[in-house]
Amino acid sequence: MIPELGHFALIVALCIACVQAVVPLMGAQRGDPAWMALARPAAQGQFVFIAIAFGCLAWSFVSNDFSVLNVANNSNSTLPLRYRFAATWGSHEGSLLLWVFMLSLWMTAVSVFSRHLPAPMVARILSVMAMVSVGFLLFLLFTSNPFERLLPPAADGRDLNPLLQDPGMVVHPPMLYMGYVGFSVAFAFAVAALIGGRLDATWARWSRPWTTMAWAFLTVGIALGSGWAYYVLGWGGWWFWDPVENASFMPWLAGTALIHSLAVTEKRGGFKIWTVLLAIIAFSLSLLGTFLVRSGVLTSVHAFATDPRRGVFILAFLAIVIGSSLALFAWRAPRVGLGGAFALVSRESALLVNNVLLLVAAAAVLLGTLYPLFLDALGLGKISVGPPYFESVFVPLMTPAVFLMGIGPLARWKQDAPLDLLVRLKWAFGVAVVTAILLPLSLGRWTPLLGLGVLLAIWVIGSGFVNLRERLVQVRAAGGVTVLRALPQLPRGYWGMLLAHFGVGVFILGVTLVRGYEVEKDVRMNVGDTVAAGGYQFRLDGLSEVKGPNYEATRGLFSVTRGTRAVATLNPEKRLYTVQQMPMTIAAIDTGLTRDLYLSLGEPLRGGAWVVRVYHKPFVDWIWGGAFLMALGGLIALTDRRYRLARRERAPDAGPMPAAATQGTQ
Amino acid sequence: MKARHRRLALIAAGLAAVGGAAALILNAFQSNLVFFFTPTQIAAHEAPEGRSFRVGGLVQPGSLQRQPDGVTARFVVTDTARSIPVEYRGILPDLFKEGRGVVAQGSLGADGVFHATQVLAKHDENYMPPEAADAVARAHKAMEQSKRTLLEPK
Repeated sequence: MIPELGHFALIVALCIACVQAVVPLMGAQRGDPAWMALARPAAQGQFVFIAIAFGCLAWSFVSNDFSVLNVANNSNSTLPLRYRFAATWGSHEGSLLLWVFMLSLWMTAVSVFSRHLPAPMVARILSVMAMVSVGFLLFLLFTSNPFERLLPPAADGRDLNPLLQDPGMVVHPPMLYMGYVGFSVAFAFAVAALIGGRLDATWARWSRPWTTMAWAFLTVGIALGSGWAYYVLGWGGWWFWDPVENASFMPWLAGTALIHSLAVTEKRGGFKIWTVLLAIIAFSLSLLGTFLVRSGVLTSVHAFATDPRRGVFILAFLAIVIGSSLALFAWRAPRVGLGGAFALVSRESALLVNNVLLLVAAAAVLLGTLYPLFLDALGLGKISVGPPYFESVFVPLMTPAVFLMGIGPLARWKQDAPLDLLVRLKWAFGVAVVTAILLPLSLGRWTPLLGLGVLLAIWVIGSGFVNLRERLVQVRAAGGVTVLRALPQLPRGYWGMLLAHFGVGVFILGVTLVRGYEVEKDVRMNVGDTVAAGGYQFRLDGLSEVKGPNYEATRGLFSVTRGTRAVATLNPEKRLYTVQQMPMTIAAIDTGLTRDLYLSLGEPLRGGAWVVRVYHKPFVDWIWGGAFLMALGGLIALTDRRYRLARRERAPDAGPMPAAATQGTQ
Repeated sequence: MKARHRRLALIAAGLAAVGGAAALILNAFQSNLVFFFTPTQIAAHEAPEGRSFRVGGLVQPGSLQRQPDGVTARFVVTDTARSIPVEYRGILPDLFKEGRGVVAQGSLGADGVFHATQVLAKHDENYMPPEAADAVARAHKAMEQSKRTLLEPK
């Protein structure tokens, strides 16, 4: 009964979405307040029904209802409760339901936090989001029904893929999808602006917090996915340039460009057309990512049973969304206007160059991801594009981008004096150069690439401090207060920017140091053997057999010492998940601020010995630390006073509404 | 006029930068493509020498051997028609099994042994790497065709 209820709720949601996609939009065009007013309740109603559907599926998983095909394929009665719940989005169907659920969540958020927006704007935004929702609901209901019954019911399920039985995997998909789907808000704002012909600084101020929030979620989602690859795949890598990773990285690059371009649109009224185009690109890349991951063209842990109908459906949907939004763009963009002029040396041009570099990087990733697929689809042979390509493209593209990151925030809007900038930044640059020479030398090895990485990281962080100092001096000069008093007076948006940029520096430092100084050893070890790596001694003290809820494992008991000091005991496991008869390597990691010690068991050899992989990874956690700093910066920027002020100021007066309405119907 | 000249110079600089980036990307792309070959193609000397490529097929049952150091593995990859010996130093992936599909990346040595730097078996126990499946399918097709050509003269 419960699954049918969920199925029915999805159908109701589809009906609501269809109405919401059409009526408010027409209302906005005709200036009919009643039709426009339908948008909010419709969005919230859709949310309620999709939430019911989602709850029904979750319930089927939690209560082990193996008469549901999806549950029988992806769960098992021995699976722990939290993974049974997470298995709700562990399958193709479930994850799409999560996608739509997230979309309805964003829609509801827009409907609640948009009291300060003119009614036609809200109506258009929610209509556009509903169109996306219609597409995905149709996809769910016609090609990937999560509630399909299995007759006769299975006695027990086939279990969740063991790779997904991990706490990180419980959180990763919702975070990633919040980001992916969040760009639909930016997209809807852009399309609504194109339809309405209204695109100015206020528009940018409205859409900016939504975009920043989506971007922050996407950042966290990608970081979690990368962390999962690091400790679950068991081989110590944190980024493989796998097409599935690229699928999430492309929208991130476009989204990063978008939040910076929005800053210019908000502060200076510039980059308008560019911002709209970026919003369309960011969401299109999100859709493309969903297509790549979900359609089965890519083979990975994300690709489930493949059904050609699904691929065709998503491809058609993709073509419709991208095609129609670009057509609308081509038609309406000339009305939007270009925005203010600026000189060669100014904050605008720094941001513009960064934007272009980010987009070129996204295009490079797109080429490397899609080209092999095209060749394969056309039957021209199988090729693969590996990490060397992406690395040789990213270093030269990101070097100038990161260099400009140091200059941009310090440069004045519209025009700045190049010499003056040089003088202001000389300390940051000096410190960066000295560190880039000394730090690698003190760690034992200097190469140009290591030097470059350290240089860029310290440059970003150092110029951030120069920037902070200048701002504090300004505040102090204006208000005559002490530094401690001046600190909280700086706007949150500024702190957010600073923190996110520091995050980039931390990230670069982590990447550089781990690539430069990691030690990896594959060795044969017997009980009692010792291996040294990175100044630590790893001793295999013994092996034991362990039985888990749905697996059996061999566990290695290792003790790690440095000199005579005991550092840690590590227990890597080799598991065999009994239902799928699938072996899994569970690495043991001792995490530290300056290094990770990483052990994983390979395979048993004759005579009780094992092949063991031992890693010493300096500063590897800074990679994710940097990513989380970036996301945190985004979230802090969201709490900036001006967004709340804008809402409060706008809320009581309905003044701009008729004006905007007439503008919309011109 | 001056403003126009400056704008032209800017546009030219922008185009040059984008062109440079495109050249960089395409060059990196060209030099880092990894092609795929089946054991049959390698036996026919179609695979490049001294350049990294991928080979895929099934791990021949009974062929996996560990060298005395315990860390170097040798096995044979076959597409059921032809086969090639592969040597790999390191830990094989969890789902690597004799009789199952595998893809190895590396280069062909003068001794006819494929020296793999990376061995891939995919994430799922039912799943066959598409390259491996493709290699086997092609070999089957070739065999059927050769049978047909043998039969037809009758």
